[in-house]
Amino acid sequence: MKSNEPRGGKIIFFSFLVAFALATLPLPEWARPFRPEWVALTLAYWCIALPSRVNVGIGWMAGLAVDVLEGSLLGQHALAYAVFAYACIRVHRQLRVYPLWQQSLSVFVLVILEQMLVFWINGVVGRTLPTLLYWAPSLTSALVWPWVFMTLRDVRRRFAVS
Amino acid sequence: MVLSMVMMTLDHRSNYLEQVRAALATVLYPVQALVHLPFSASSWLGENLASREALIAENTRLRSQNLVLRGQLQKLISLELENMRLRKLLDSSQRVGERVLIAELVAVDLDPFTRQVLINKGSLHEVHQGQPVLDAEGVFGQVIHVAPLNSTVLLISDLSHALPVQVARNGLRAIAEGTGDDTRLQLRHIPINADIREGDLLITSGLGGVFPPGYPVAEVALVQPDNTQAYATVVATPLAHLNRAREVLLVWPDDPQAGLPAPPTGDTP
Repeated sequence: MKSNEPRGGKIIFFSFLVAFALATLPLPEWARPFRPEWVALTLAYWCIALPSRVNVGIGWMAGLAVDVLEGSLLGQHALAYAVFAYACIRVHRQLRVYPLWQQSLSVFVLVILEQMLVFWINGVVGRTLPTLLYWAPSLTSALVWPWVFMTLRDVRRRFAVS
Repeated sequence: MVLSMVMMTLDHRSNYLEQVRAALATVLYPVQALVHLPFSASSWLGENLASREALIAENTRLRSQNLVLRGQLQKLISLELENMRLRKLLDSSQRVGERVLIAELVAVDLDPFTRQVLINKGSLHEVHQGQPVLDAEGVFGQVIHVAPLNSTVLLISDLSHALPVQVARNGLRAIAEGTGDDTRLQLRHIPINADIREGDLLITSGLGGVFPPGYPVAEVALVQPDNTQAYATVVATPLAHLNRAREVLLVWPDDPQAGLPAPPTGDTP
């Protein structure tokens, strides 16, 4: 560590843009409920890797963007992602030393927490969801986590984001 | 945390945040346009690389279709004039003229558990909140969020959507509610002895004030009178291709420019 100056903000921003694009990419009808929570995963990675730079505020803004993209209640994902980012930062020291599969398990729990918040808010405003498939993204998110982690780690090292 | 609570309440209860949403939607539109790009590019390529014979064949087909449609239109015009004359005789205030604009669906997925789509026309094209949207076959949905360049359409099959309809055969009024399934609408509070049959055409009744009256909505698929209950179970199939349409029509019901399609705005195909 030569310097502690923040670098590579553009890379972080760009990674979120890619996550937004993945989150809205059209999928066949049967696959739609299984879409991983790309934005949450990206947020989780940066919270674990650089908790001093990507924090609850960034999570809140990313969530607001997701609200607009998905057409959900404005502030719904913002709240959920802020809590999600907070939880990630709380456990980032443990997560860093875990092996990948154990990280996946933790991500599974964290994404369930985030989905639970969105689910509660939906319930409060009367948009109840009929199927168990609603919870599928937490499973697929946990499954793709190792690849997201390795890709973003390589990106971070390549562009020396700190 | 508090801020997002306040925002959610405001968004749920009122319209104050529509402008914030519109601004954010405009900022994020490039991302959506980027996602849409491969799809529009492939259709563009498909059109440009189509063989000459195919184009000629399509042209001939469209020509004959056009001829048929124009023939029907002539009849329609005379009928419309007659209708207007009769209405004038009856002193009815119902208007006939409507302005329409073609919009293209942007190929992006929104929340998989609500039935919403994004279209590429917004407040710059005079789209407004609550505006009815049709496709070639029937009623499609209504606009719920408007940004300058795009807007979000809630389909009639969404769980939170209800549409006042009428049976075309006898004028029986009902409310068609979405079920979250694109092929089913449910009619609530139909008495078990009501005169409604399978195969009946449902049209908009215009009572809600959002949709203009007389547009086809759905066809009754199932009537199940249950003698132990006060209301019958009635299920209808929407006529619009809710999950397949690529272009939709935006309608301005109360527009004096009678029946003329809006001038093409460049990016409509």
